[in-house]
Amino acid sequence: MADFGGNDLEALRSEARTWIEANFPADLKGRPNPMMREERSTPSAFQEAWRKAMGEKGWGVPTWPAQYGGGGLSAAEGRIIQQELARAGAYNPIGGMGVMMFGPTLLEYGTEAQKQEHIPKIVKGEVQWCQGFSEPGAGSDLAALSTKCEDKGDHFLINGQKIWTSGAQFADWCFCLVRTDTSKKHEGISFVLFTMHQPGVEVRPIPLIAGNSPFCETFFTDARAEKKDLVGPLNGGWTIAKRLLQHERGGLSGGGGGFGGGRGLVDLAKQYVGVDDQGRIADPDLRTRITALEIEGRAFQQTAMRAMMESKGNSGPSAATSIMKNAGTQWMQARAEITLEIMGHQGLGWTGDDFTAEELGAVRGWLGGKAFTIYGGSQEVQSNIISKRILGLPDLTQHT
Amino acid sequence: MAVLNEEQSMLRDAAKSWTQEKSPVTAFRKMRDSGVEVGFDAAAWTEMAEMGWAGVIIPEEFGGSDFGYLSMGLILEELGRTLTASPLLASGLGAASALVLGGSAGQKSEWLPKIAEGTAIGALAVDEGAHHAPEKVALAATKSGAGYYLSGTKTFVLEGLAANVLIVSARTSGKPGDREGITLFVVPADAKGVSRKRLALADSRGAANITFDKVEVGADAVVGEADKGYPLLEKVLDRARAGISAEMLGAAVQAFETTLDYLKVRVQFGQVIGSFQALQHRAAKMFTDLELARSAVEAALTAIDNDSADVPELVSLAKAKMGDVFHVVSNEMVQMHGGIGMTDAHDAGFYLKRARACEAAYGSQSYHRDRYARIQGY
Repeated sequence: MADFGGNDLEALRSEARTWIEANFPADLKGRPNPMMREERSTPSAFQEAWRKAMGEKGWGVPTWPAQYGGGGLSAAEGRIIQQELARAGAYNPIGGMGVMMFGPTLLEYGTEAQKQEHIPKIVKGEVQWCQGFSEPGAGSDLAALSTKCEDKGDHFLINGQKIWTSGAQFADWCFCLVRTDTSKKHEGISFVLFTMHQPGVEVRPIPLIAGNSPFCETFFTDARAEKKDLVGPLNGGWTIAKRLLQHERGGLSGGGGGFGGGRGLVDLAKQYVGVDDQGRIADPDLRTRITALEIEGRAFQQTAMRAMMESKGNSGPSAATSIMKNAGTQWMQARAEITLEIMGHQGLGWTGDDFTAEELGAVRGWLGGKAFTIYGGSQEVQSNIISKRILGLPDLTQHT
Repeated sequence: MAVLNEEQSMLRDAAKSWTQEKSPVTAFRKMRDSGVEVGFDAAAWTEMAEMGWAGVIIPEEFGGSDFGYLSMGLILEELGRTLTASPLLASGLGAASALVLGGSAGQKSEWLPKIAEGTAIGALAVDEGAHHAPEKVALAATKSGAGYYLSGTKTFVLEGLAANVLIVSARTSGKPGDREGITLFVVPADAKGVSRKRLALADSRGAANITFDKVEVGADAVVGEADKGYPLLEKVLDRARAGISAEMLGAAVQAFETTLDYLKVRVQFGQVIGSFQALQHRAAKMFTDLELARSAVEAALTAIDNDSADVPELVSLAKAKMGDVFHVVSNEMVQMHGGIGMTDAHDAGFYLKRARACEAAYGSQSYHRDRYARIQGY
């Protein structure tokens, strides 16, 4: 499969199409990926069958090495698999933090025995992982973490607390940053793995306004990690953590959609609000505001394009880059607001068969999206950065 | 700022140094105070023409440089910064575009060389009411022998008083509002039956109402095709809209930068007011919107140079976004300057007045939002 030739790609496409047709249960066609839902229910027989089929095939992680059960494909070939899944209305049932962050990191830093033990279970979707990184006193300053890890001869003993642990309530295993040396900051951190299914681990989900609890508080009281589950050298965890965070950011920028995803506002408005005899959205006020938002979104995309061209050209880093977070996140929130308005009462459904998946998704997305202007540097912090670093406005001084 | 080629960089730099040295805002103030009726300084216009700016979109065979619309936009942006008054937009971009895109060989060779060298000034005589509405043409062109009689009135013709030649939209069939039946004519401004009345507008720039009383023109005065002039008119207007958007970009950026400078020096409550977060965040928002508007304006000009199919929607996008941003920035310029911004001695009022005149020219924000939506099929 090392040949990138078009014929081979087309052969793979044809193979993928046939295989998906034979293995993807028709009942699941166009259904959302249960991995993407926060409330996990027991998977249906169809969902289980599809996960097992994809797990055996290795196509959930098409570019991972075949020796650990992955697809063993090139990036170009991997895209063919993605395209054919999308074409068939099929979701990828293999995902989560094991796929996005931990797997690639372990493939890079793990021993052969660690890879043999952990990677195949991720490939098959049998084990879900969570990330024990942030602590109440270690957010942006992650290396200030204090969760204690003691060497007890044949095992490690772990005591402390993590927060914003995504998916901890569904996780089977945790990849965790712990302090193994209190005399040094970065050089006193180790990267360990342990099972979440043990008495010393307590998970408390944090309910959010969207009705989900994607994050947890996680407490460790004499939790146990095996010696063989230390990744990398003792006190050498920070290097691995930094590499893993690169995988995290890569995953975040690739996913989430936002600008391309979902149906357009115009399509939605034509359906829910209707059109007048000239084919215009029937509510003129709504039409105007949709138009303004469409224009704004397109100007944002033009700016992303311009920033890219400018950074490729000789003009150095583009000033346009600094505005992207606020402009983009505020646009996405405005889009979510107007989507709800277009849907009217149908856009306020919380659960149940009276609402389409698109409608239920809209209300949850609207609420969940309120986080966009809070995380990754709040919009106020971003405005401060623009004011001070780009515009050169001074800090406030104390006055009498 | 778009990635520029060598010619474009040179043009931009030349425009920047000329406006800063020869045509700062004080030059505009002097022009206004002089009460000159055409609304620009003739000597400054001569200098601009000598630098070749009037011929930037005109082919070389007619005395221009054919550098294109992004190049013209770069010059207009610099002129906008210092509010330099000139007929460059109306003549070198508007009227020139009509002749380049639709003119006969005879019309081109008669007018384009003079427009390119600045010895003739062209203007677009399009609207007939308070709002931009290029299909609402009532001005009648009645067949008479081999030619036509033009009768009717055009309003708010930019540089209409200074113009030597007018591009006039007239109705040869149908009724006002129909897109069919519109014909463009090229009419010398000194033709018998043409009378002009100067309009004194808040922005102190040149504008006129022009009445046509049985103005006799030959069949060779038709620009493009009789009765089928609307698509050509739209193409010409889109170029004028993109051009004025570039001027607005320059003016808005300067209004913002002047305001920013003031925030860094004005002291109240023992500190410079630019240290107050309430003002910092509004400044950050304006900066963000200016960056978005710049992208939209440059994309529209580039699309015109590439003759892409999406020129109409990109132009409406740019004019709508740029109008909104200049509107806010010009208001904030007054507000953030406080009392001094209310005085005639300060420049803030000039930017505020120019903002509204530019917003109304060739279609306001609401006109272009509506047009954008129609083009997109909703």
